[in-house]
Amino acid sequence: MEIFVQQLINGLTLGSIYGLIAIGYTMVFGIIGMVNFAHGDVFMLSAFIALIFFLILTTWLGISSIALALLIVLVIAMALTSLWGWAIERIAYRPLRGSFRLAPLISAIGVSIFLSNFVQVSQGARNKPTPPMVGDVIVLFQGASGYNVALSYKQIIIMVTTAVLLTIFWYIVQKTSLGRAQRACEQDRKMAALLGINVDQTISLTFVIGAALAAVAGTMYLLYYGVVSFNDGFVPGVKAFTAAVLGGIGSLPGAVLGGLIIGLIETFWSAYFTIEYKDVAAFSILAIVLIFMPSGILGRPEVEKV
Amino acid sequence: MNAPPIASTSAEQSAVPSRFDLRAALKDSFIAALIMLGLSIPILAYKTDQNGAQLFLTPRWGLVAIMCAIIFGLRLLQHAFMATRAARQALPDPHQATEPVHAEPSAYQRVSRFAIPFFLGIALAFPLLVYVVQGGLNESRYWVDLGILILTYVMLGWGLNIVVGLAGLLDLGYVAFYAVGAYSYALLSTTFGLSFWICLPLAGILAAFWGMILGFPVLRLRGDYLAIVTLAFGEIVRMVLINWTDLTNGGAGISSIPRATFFGLPFTADEGGFANTFGLEFNGMHRMIFLYYLILALALLTNFVTMRLRRLPIGRAWEALREDEIACRSLGINTTNTKLTAFAIGAMFGGFAGSFFAVRQGFVSPESFNFLESAIILAIVVMGGMGSQIGVAIAAVVLVGGPEMLRNLDFLKAVFGESFDPNEYRLLIFGMGMVAMMVWRPRGLISEREPSVVLKERKAISGSFVKEGHG
Repeated sequence: MEIFVQQLINGLTLGSIYGLIAIGYTMVFGIIGMVNFAHGDVFMLSAFIALIFFLILTTWLGISSIALALLIVLVIAMALTSLWGWAIERIAYRPLRGSFRLAPLISAIGVSIFLSNFVQVSQGARNKPTPPMVGDVIVLFQGASGYNVALSYKQIIIMVTTAVLLTIFWYIVQKTSLGRAQRACEQDRKMAALLGINVDQTISLTFVIGAALAAVAGTMYLLYYGVVSFNDGFVPGVKAFTAAVLGGIGSLPGAVLGGLIIGLIETFWSAYFTIEYKDVAAFSILAIVLIFMPSGILGRPEVEKV
Repeated sequence: MNAPPIASTSAEQSAVPSRFDLRAALKDSFIAALIMLGLSIPILAYKTDQNGAQLFLTPRWGLVAIMCAIIFGLRLLQHAFMATRAARQALPDPHQATEPVHAEPSAYQRVSRFAIPFFLGIALAFPLLVYVVQGGLNESRYWVDLGILILTYVMLGWGLNIVVGLAGLLDLGYVAFYAVGAYSYALLSTTFGLSFWICLPLAGILAAFWGMILGFPVLRLRGDYLAIVTLAFGEIVRMVLINWTDLTNGGAGISSIPRATFFGLPFTADEGGFANTFGLEFNGMHRMIFLYYLILALALLTNFVTMRLRRLPIGRAWEALREDEIACRSLGINTTNTKLTAFAIGAMFGGFAGSFFAVRQGFVSPESFNFLESAIILAIVVMGGMGSQIGVAIAAVVLVGGPEMLRNLDFLKAVFGESFDPNEYRLLIFGMGMVAMMVWRPRGLISEREPSVVLKERKAISGSFVKEGHG
């Protein structure tokens, strides 16, 4: 029982990180119908940006308040990663619009390889540990066998930040004109253009929002695990993509829901089965969902017109 | 369909005035440099170094300044170039076929008539050429080794070409079959002591079998989804190889795999060895040259089988499937069988190549079969112009041999300092190259098609008329 509650907490924390990344996949797929393969590496890059700014703030500028430092790091990481997201779309994806269907996917694989190797070359291949940031835990209840169920401050910060940012993001997509333009492009890009929506700008904005949320996930990942390396983008990226597909690709609540499910499955799998095969479990779920339930939980089924 | 793919960059070009406006160009280049500055903070500007458990930062603003200057210069050049090009009449790119069907044989066709025997001759005589140029067997070791490496990728590219180029099924997990082939040989030979010549067909059959097993669930999938599921399968195979330590020895891999023999004669110095039997002086290079011809033969076999299959009903069904699956089905083609044979035959050649890899290395480990390997093979196929056999071979030479050449350029060391190792930047350039390829020549190096079936005369078909990888 205690183990179950503990794993539930861990799973939800991990799941919110996956959910944040999954939104980037699902929005891009919704609007231009491509799998942004490089998104996982954008997430990894943002973790590096966060790490470096955290070091600058704490060691050089001498900010002792971790909460303030984290907040600043989060904002800077979001801004700089957004710039990367924008630049990637501009250089690697926009010229390919109207090209054959798999060109963007292949280009995205190229961007993915470029990003992970760019970070490897510029930052070195070793794992980068962070100084301990937030270590305190709250013991929720003590089990009979001496197993304490603990909720750490880190996990609270991650879940609260995710919830707050998702609310803000939800507001932008549902209530502002930016969000309306975005949803219009999703439904029919040509029609939206005819009605005076700047489609290129809207697509850029989608990439920017996706990258910003990936930066939140990157910062949270760094906070949670305290270590990051140049090839940390691939597997979380694929898992987040799995989450997006599981929730129904193109659906925003679906992405968050899928993220939480994948996070829970991963932690419970590691706790009750074998930890070695946890990635196999995630990849198998991806394959199974795509084969048997390609529209996901909340997605619309795709109908092909002849 | 008729729109040439190049037209997608027109948005960028139309933003540039036809006459070169220096002020606007300078301003735009300055903005580009500013964006570069934003991108390079902090990843380029600060390097994290480790001192014990403590990380510390080393500023590198000089590098950032150089990068920004390079971007500024490149952007300015691009403006100047585009202005001059716009001033001239916008001539169609002669290399990219713009007309749907050429009445006359194209330049490519005319060249290919001589080029193919020429390249084949070079490939056949390569060890001899290297021997003459380098002046000795031992001196030519590096070149023969490089030749073997390139030919392995040529073979993998041709194998994947069946799946991606002909049947239009985008497979991102091709390396799984390569791994199946390599592990088949490694396990069969170390456990049962079977020789390479028995294991080679067995490895092919096993890989084809796996191609069917992995192909069966993905029959309904198309395009991007198919790509992602095959990627997942590739990763699952690798993770099982890592974690199933009883069978595969895990991440440590399987070592001391028996070497290939010359039809039963081992390449050893003692009595009964290859050198002894033929009365030659023993040299380790004999084995290398043998391996070179072995992989050349395997690669040519792949090519030959593909070319023959294209003329058979099954090959035509593959190409029809690539163009339009629904039309295929309504015309009575069994799409299930067509897709499965494509997966199985593609996988079989992957298995042969894997088996060869194991016998060459004498060692296999799961790390040789990661996703990057799949991406490189796919890049070879895409860059070659999916479906073009000679294009794949050229792309393999460029993508695999190119970085090796980079390593030999000494003047790069003079520019960037002694510690400069181009191999570090290999994948960086590779990633950029993949993007650049898609932006400039999405149809690959050889974008024209040889029709499989002709009525009177052979006419080249523009690549823009061919659908690729709709799944």
